[in-house]
Amino acid sequence: MIRLREPPPILEDLETLQRDTVGYFLRAANPGNGLIADSSRQGSPCSIAATGLGLAAYVVGAERGFLPRREAAARTLTALRFFRDSPQSEDPDATGHRGFYYHFLDMQTGRRMWQSELSTIDTAILIAGVLTSGMYFSAAADDEPEIRELAGFLYERIDWPWAAAGGLLVRMGWKPEAGFQSYGWEGYSEALLLYILGLGSPTHPLPAESYAAWTATYQWENLYDIEFLFASPLFMHQLSHVWIDFRGIQDAFMREKRSDYFENSRQATAVQQQYAMRNPLRFKGYGEYCWGVTAGLGPGFSQQRLEGGIERQFYGYVARGVPFGPDDGTLAPWAALASLPFAPEPVLAALRHFREAYPASLSKEGLLTSFNPSFDPGDGTDPGWVSPEHLGVDQGPVVLMIENHHTGLLWHLMRECPAIVTGLRRAGFRHGWLGSSSR
Amino acid sequence: MNKTDSTDSRAALLPNDAYDSELLANTRPTDWTNPQPAPSYNLVVIGAGTAGLVAAAGAAALGAKVALVERNLLGGDCLNFGCVPSKALLRAARFHTDLRHAPRFAGSAPVPSEPDFAAAMERMRRLRAHISRNDSAQRFRAMGVDVFLGEAAFADRRTVEVGGASLRFQKAVIATGTHATRPAIEGLEAAGYLTNETVFNLTTRPRRLLVIGGGPLGCELSQAFARLGCEVIIANRERYFLPGEERDAAEILADALRRDGIEVRLNTEVVCVSHRDGEKHVRLVNDSQEATVVVDEILVGAGRVPNVEGLNLEAAGVEYDHEDGVRVNDYMQTRNRHIYAAGDVALERKYTHTADATARIVIQNALFWGRKKLSSLTIPWCTYTDPEIAHVGRYVKESRQRGFPLKTFTVPMSDVDRAVLDGEEEGFVKIHVRDGTDKILGATIVARHAGEMINEISLAMVAGIGLKTVSQVIHSYPTQAEAIRKAGDAYNRTRLSPLLKALSRRWLAWSR
Repeated sequence: MIRLREPPPILEDLETLQRDTVGYFLRAANPGNGLIADSSRQGSPCSIAATGLGLAAYVVGAERGFLPRREAAARTLTALRFFRDSPQSEDPDATGHRGFYYHFLDMQTGRRMWQSELSTIDTAILIAGVLTSGMYFSAAADDEPEIRELAGFLYERIDWPWAAAGGLLVRMGWKPEAGFQSYGWEGYSEALLLYILGLGSPTHPLPAESYAAWTATYQWENLYDIEFLFASPLFMHQLSHVWIDFRGIQDAFMREKRSDYFENSRQATAVQQQYAMRNPLRFKGYGEYCWGVTAGLGPGFSQQRLEGGIERQFYGYVARGVPFGPDDGTLAPWAALASLPFAPEPVLAALRHFREAYPASLSKEGLLTSFNPSFDPGDGTDPGWVSPEHLGVDQGPVVLMIENHHTGLLWHLMRECPAIVTGLRRAGFRHGWLGSSSR
Repeated sequence: MNKTDSTDSRAALLPNDAYDSELLANTRPTDWTNPQPAPSYNLVVIGAGTAGLVAAAGAAALGAKVALVERNLLGGDCLNFGCVPSKALLRAARFHTDLRHAPRFAGSAPVPSEPDFAAAMERMRRLRAHISRNDSAQRFRAMGVDVFLGEAAFADRRTVEVGGASLRFQKAVIATGTHATRPAIEGLEAAGYLTNETVFNLTTRPRRLLVIGGGPLGCELSQAFARLGCEVIIANRERYFLPGEERDAAEILADALRRDGIEVRLNTEVVCVSHRDGEKHVRLVNDSQEATVVVDEILVGAGRVPNVEGLNLEAAGVEYDHEDGVRVNDYMQTRNRHIYAAGDVALERKYTHTADATARIVIQNALFWGRKKLSSLTIPWCTYTDPEIAHVGRYVKESRQRGFPLKTFTVPMSDVDRAVLDGEEEGFVKIHVRDGTDKILGATIVARHAGEMINEISLAMVAGIGLKTVSQVIHSYPTQAEAIRKAGDAYNRTRLSPLLKALSRRWLAWSR
């Protein structure tokens, strides 16, 4: 039984935001198979990462009373049964292969879309959501035992060592037409979650050397007098933390640096704020309370000459980052919010600012929305560009990080999850809530 | 010495104008007569590229009897087909880009003039001819070097033959360089392509150019040709440009190339080429996505192959292979202790300045019982794109894999006043130190003048100067190199522990 501390009174508007964002996932799901759309765009395919985040959002929704627990369980079970029953093979239109899944699936048939890759990171995010469901739905009645059984089955089916293609670093993807992508995960990123899940598998675990090989690609930087493990887009410092409570636990790298990954994300958030205050590319709006540069949608690929004759490149979907870009003036309030547990005061101050200075950053459905005040759409609209759509991978952390900040629900659930605990220990994490065993 | 397979580069040097004639008069005089060989040489140098010329000039200056053999053009790759012509073009290209950015500086409209490609190429040939005087056969003869033009081959362990003459040596150095790889792409040979050995012969602008390979040559020339008005596509097999370089640097470069209008295709294989109606149709595959592009010219910059064939190295007892070139120990000595190698033919890092440095090692080790080592060299390098990307010393990954805890001090160029004033804020200085110390292990600089700036770090590393001392060196204000001092300042601030801060505060409060 998970014991949670008594939830403190939370800001009413944060609860509203959380409720509205859970609502997004309820609308984005296909009730027939449980798949969740990549984006709110009409005809969007399913993203398996959005589905994983959605499954965790159901857990929060049930816990918060945004939807009945029985409904959350039923929705979850539909999705888990789909993944159990959908085709796993080398066929180019399968749903997955070796326990992994294609990045994008047809919302109706669940088959591979857009010739997308069998994605290791997106599978990790999906399976983290699946395992969350397995931990939360712990009752003996209704759908809940089957959820637990399927969560174990889906996790244990993943052949993690296969995805390292004979090496140590896990590859980013595989395609039936072209085999493995030639590059593996290198440099600190959200792949922390992937490696821990891969190490924790009771059936097909990654070797411990994989983790050492990955952390050998880390870069510890002193930037703006802030010391941190470098990753450029903000989301890379957030996604693993949606599931895992990194407060006070350390692997060999963090022991060497006398830090931990949670503290590191706090520093990364400070770097984002510092970057916006310095605003080297002189974009509109950037400042102490206006920051949040990460991967996401943007105004589209074009060049404009801004004030002072400066030519700036704008992008569509791209992994924006600081301090060396790409940065086109697009801000992601949802990414700022996802740093709430790490740096509550700056995040809440930024949210207030977004709401006051850029009301369009909160959509009429109550969702945080990317915007770009520097982009000139030519029709005098202010701010210049507001994202017309929402992505599941953007909205998931909004629900989950508000919850982690207030109750630590996800963290507490996953502290009890054998996959996570084993994975962390095999990665060399010790101390804090994990204890000092290095088994 | 530059071997270009069966092609004689002299013939390829077109358009054979006054500048090329001057170049040839210096580097391959048609009326040259090989000297009568001396009975014995202190040093026979095979190949008159950078390594060969430095070895010959250095040894001759020290009083050695030296023979220098070249079968092609003196000056080698650097002068004729590499650094010199490419940097001349890059300068012209940078100028045209600055014109395009006129509104940023003077508020005026962009200067509409179309780049004059032919004029830029002519300027390059003029400057190359001018610089070729330094490498001329006559200049080396005047130094007392016996210059032989012709094919060299070892007759035995102590003799080289050239044009029927036998050169007996106490010591020899193989400095034959490399030539461009011929990629195994279906249809490429039939369709025709350019390499660094032929691209500088162009006199008219190809409207559409495909560059294969994202190493230094591919990146530099893609940018130069795009800025000089070509529609350029660059296809790189890897996901990032400049393999081995820091990812941030490679990403900034990819962005810069895109801004110049280059169609950047990363993680892309060139599958086949066909030639139809004067156009080259090229099939590309990215993951499983296929695309066909149609271009007028293809430039291949996909690696180098050592010039080891035809030298009869077996007779000399010199070990080599066709990929890595002549095998040497840390003293640049081959399996035959009388024979050394220098420059690209024996090096993993193929740069003019490394060729120069290894030639100096050879002079000391071959002629004066020196024990200079390749492994103790601190070698910087730079890719001269805009911004430039320069590196020296270790990379982070390499250090971490060897178990060195490392910390990187990063200064964005946008934090440097002079870079802001110059409108050249793109890039960074990253200096890697051993964690807990100020010992500099390496650095990467991305900046418009990174090649100039990296030398300060190289100096600090060679002299054993730490980052703390770097911060004590007064740098002129405002200069872009101040970024390096700022990294030193950042290091110093990390030494100010909370205890020291508290003590300092108390002392100052007491002193009031």
